[in-house]
Amino acid sequence: MPLIMGMSMLLACQMLGELAARGLGLAIPGPVIGMVILLVTLMTYGKVPASLRMTGEGLLRYLTLLFVPAGVGLMVHGALIGADFWPIVVTLIGATAVTLAVTGWVLTRLTRLQGRRPRRSS
Amino acid sequence: MKVAALDQLWVYLSGNPLLSLLITLLAFVLAVRINRALGGTPLLHPVTLAIAMLIGFLLLVDMDYASYFEGAQFIHFLLGPATVALAIPLYDHRERVRRLLLPLLVACLTGIVTAVASTLGLAMLFGARHETLMSLAPRSVTSPIAMGIAEQIGGIPSLAAGLVLLTGSIGCILGPAIFRLLRVTDPAVQGFTMGLAAHGFGTAHSFARLGAVAGAFSGLSMGLTGLLTAFLLPLITRLIGLG
Repeated sequence: MPLIMGMSMLLACQMLGELAARGLGLAIPGPVIGMVILLVTLMTYGKVPASLRMTGEGLLRYLTLLFVPAGVGLMVHGALIGADFWPIVVTLIGATAVTLAVTGWVLTRLTRLQGRRPRRSS
Repeated sequence: MKVAALDQLWVYLSGNPLLSLLITLLAFVLAVRINRALGGTPLLHPVTLAIAMLIGFLLLVDMDYASYFEGAQFIHFLLGPATVALAIPLYDHRERVRRLLLPLLVACLTGIVTAVASTLGLAMLFGARHETLMSLAPRSVTSPIAMGIAEQIGGIPSLAAGLVLLTGSIGCILGPAIFRLLRVTDPAVQGFTMGLAAHGFGTAHSFARLGAVAGAFSGLSMGLTGLLTAFLLPLITRLIGLG
């Protein structure tokens, strides 16, 4: 029953996350809080149970499939996208390129800077 | 007689989650096959291809999105537990993450500000409408988070989700070229950058093409970017008087 065990753990974390988001009125989605909860739990527990790893890694392997149903929703907004077609296209391509370049460059610089400094053990 | 029976069968099928579930899976399998036959080109991302095929099919058989989603929601639902599962690769690589925590945080904040500023700047420059603008703003964030943010700042959640997906596939196309141009070779840096700019698509791409380390960092940056953007974006739009 490892698949059921693993799925239960993931769903339990998601549920706690959703409850926290609703209960505390946070703008952060429940699954993201659930991810933090699972991470903290794993750090406390000290290892990843085999059942959880099996289910979790299985889900992550097919992550892209899970986006398909939401993406088909684009068909509803044909008119609005048509009206703003060029602004949308230019923005998506231009801004994504700038974001990739700036982030990659900054992080490369920062990691090199840290690599040169004698490493402190923390 | 035969025709009437077929008609009734179609009525049964189109009102049943079975059909949308099956065509979603089949479209995805077909899209992956086509992509592989073309040498795995990022220009035709399997997800974009699958979405295009499904939209074409729905228009052809005249089925509306709401009835399609009734079945497809079972797949959509798994996004939640999959997001939670990102904690596993993060835990596996916790030592590296801990060592790089400060650079990662700084890069994440810089990336978010760049993403939001360049998006709003370009979209306003080219004259996008207010709803479009507010749906574009959270586009580099994973879709469940982006939908929440868009709603909060006056965009259209489902349009935001679509734009997020397009951003993801564009990021997968542009990423490798930009990394080559800027000589970004560290898989951890590549993964983190992909996760920040192209959320789940970037993460899936990193796991598939760049390895487990890149995937873990991509998952981390996707979560972190989502968290921080959820806090920052409403502030930024209010600050520049758009909210």
